[in-house]
Amino acid sequence: MSLAIRAEGLVKHFGETKALDGVDLEVPEGKVVGVLGPNGAGKTTAVRVLATLLRPDAGHATVGGHDVVKDPRAVRSLIGLTGQYASVDEDLSGTENLVLLARLLDHSRAGARAKAAELLEQFELTDAAGRAAKTYSGGMRRRLDLAASLVGNPSVLYLDEPTTGLDPHARNEVWAVVRKLVANGVTVLLTTQYLEEADQLADTITVFDHGRVVAEGRPDELKRRVGGQTLQVRPTSLRDLDAVHRILGDLTGVRPTRDDDSGLLTAPVNDPVLLSTLVRKLDEAGITADELALRLPSLDEVFLALTGKQTEGSLA
Amino acid sequence: MSTPAMNSMAALDRGARHGLTLAWRGILKIRKNPEQLMDVTIAPIVFLVMFTYLFGGALAGSIDSYLQMLVPGIMVMNILQASMTAGVQLNTDVSKGVFDRFRSMPIARSAPLIGAVLADIVRYVVCILVLLVVATIMGFRVQTGPVELLIAAGLTIAFGLCFCWASVFVGMLLKTPQAVQGMMFVLIMPLTFGSNVFVGTSTMPGWLKAWADISPVSLLSDALRGLLNGGAIAGPLTGSLIWMVAAVAVFFPLAMWAYRKRV
Repeated sequence: MSLAIRAEGLVKHFGETKALDGVDLEVPEGKVVGVLGPNGAGKTTAVRVLATLLRPDAGHATVGGHDVVKDPRAVRSLIGLTGQYASVDEDLSGTENLVLLARLLDHSRAGARAKAAELLEQFELTDAAGRAAKTYSGGMRRRLDLAASLVGNPSVLYLDEPTTGLDPHARNEVWAVVRKLVANGVTVLLTTQYLEEADQLADTITVFDHGRVVAEGRPDELKRRVGGQTLQVRPTSLRDLDAVHRILGDLTGVRPTRDDDSGLLTAPVNDPVLLSTLVRKLDEAGITADELALRLPSLDEVFLALTGKQTEGSLA
Repeated sequence: MSTPAMNSMAALDRGARHGLTLAWRGILKIRKNPEQLMDVTIAPIVFLVMFTYLFGGALAGSIDSYLQMLVPGIMVMNILQASMTAGVQLNTDVSKGVFDRFRSMPIARSAPLIGAVLADIVRYVVCILVLLVVATIMGFRVQTGPVELLIAAGLTIAFGLCFCWASVFVGMLLKTPQAVQGMMFVLIMPLTFGSNVFVGTSTMPGWLKAWADISPVSLLSDALRGLLNGGAIAGPLTGSLIWMVAAVAVFFPLAMWAYRKRV
């Protein structure tokens, strides 16, 4: 499979701060790679280098085979950029913003208007096309941002924290748009502080911390690497708690964690077959359960384990 | 077949087109926020009316003769003030991230800068028109002819375009739009008042007179007085042109350097 983005050993310092400290990154064509990390991890700096907005101090990167430092023009003709640092003009209307960008990309006057109308339609902004962007809701703003980054039909799209600050409804709208783009073959590099977002959209996840890549893999691989699986059981009656505790302990060879308030028992497992064995044993003992699950750890737990940091705490 | 010369011509053509497109953006923004024109409409009127009626009688014996001397100088003063907005606007664009999108596109790197400066011409034209209309209502009369008037207006706009690079330089150097505004105010106030715009230089102390006599503001004011009222033109015009060339020679490279460093 050919690579849309390949970065090797990227270093970028801002004074004493090492924003990037030797980052390698590979994004296969047509895939979504999620770059996950807390504020200040270097996510945005990486995007800015790959979008030719910053020169790296060391290392090199290519986009679509073109070097971002030696041939920035060729890179710029392939990419679209959306996010916290590349925004639309708030004073201009949706149409004007898109026509402006289309004209800059050498569309004719009529061609630019047609392109703007097409994108506004696609992003369900036709009704708001004539209004100044500053009157848009957060979700509409991001949709217009996305539309703006697509004027040049990019084959590689950078989404820098595309849903930061959006409510869940608007966030779902943006996700739906991203999925549609990916279905059309666009390669996406997505940065996010939200694990759920990376889990939802990305084929593979690269975890950044302090300007370094601390882990990468498919979402389920990352989860498995860190925590393995756990078995969770919640008997219907609290009276059965002791019995289930014993059964689960015998089965896994480990003393299960027990929460007397919620009646939830949890034990780590390394063999998924244990789930069916547990079901049979509970059945034999005549115990019913409200909750019975084999689960991977959440990405939050993965993140904590990889970086030693809470994700939400770093937002403050 | 394409030669290097043809390629660079094509690049220049594209650069000019992108600059014009971005100038269109600037003009659209002025149309959306007409209050942006306050400094080229209300401010010049206030200065013109205040100085004419407050000092005219005392300084020149009569309001009418003071007006003839003041209007050309007020044109220079206000074009200089209008040109300082360029830095503030560009700084705002950069800090809001609009520039990042432009720069991630395959357009000439200088296009956003050129576009912003071109859009400023609209502001300069508004400034001069407003001044001349109000001055005429107050009794100012062009003593020469329409050709001289057009030359005077064109010269004033060119002066603004040359000196706005200083504002762009400061705009790219300082962090916030407010800081740029404050800095430009501090630079422009002494430049405009330390000149022959409001009073002749003969009563000034030697050091101030020495500067005021050769300051770009004084020289262009004198050139405009010659063009609009009649009188010597060649000397002050030459001096003004030298200042304009010098301003571009110094501040355009500095502005480009600061711009490349900033964005």
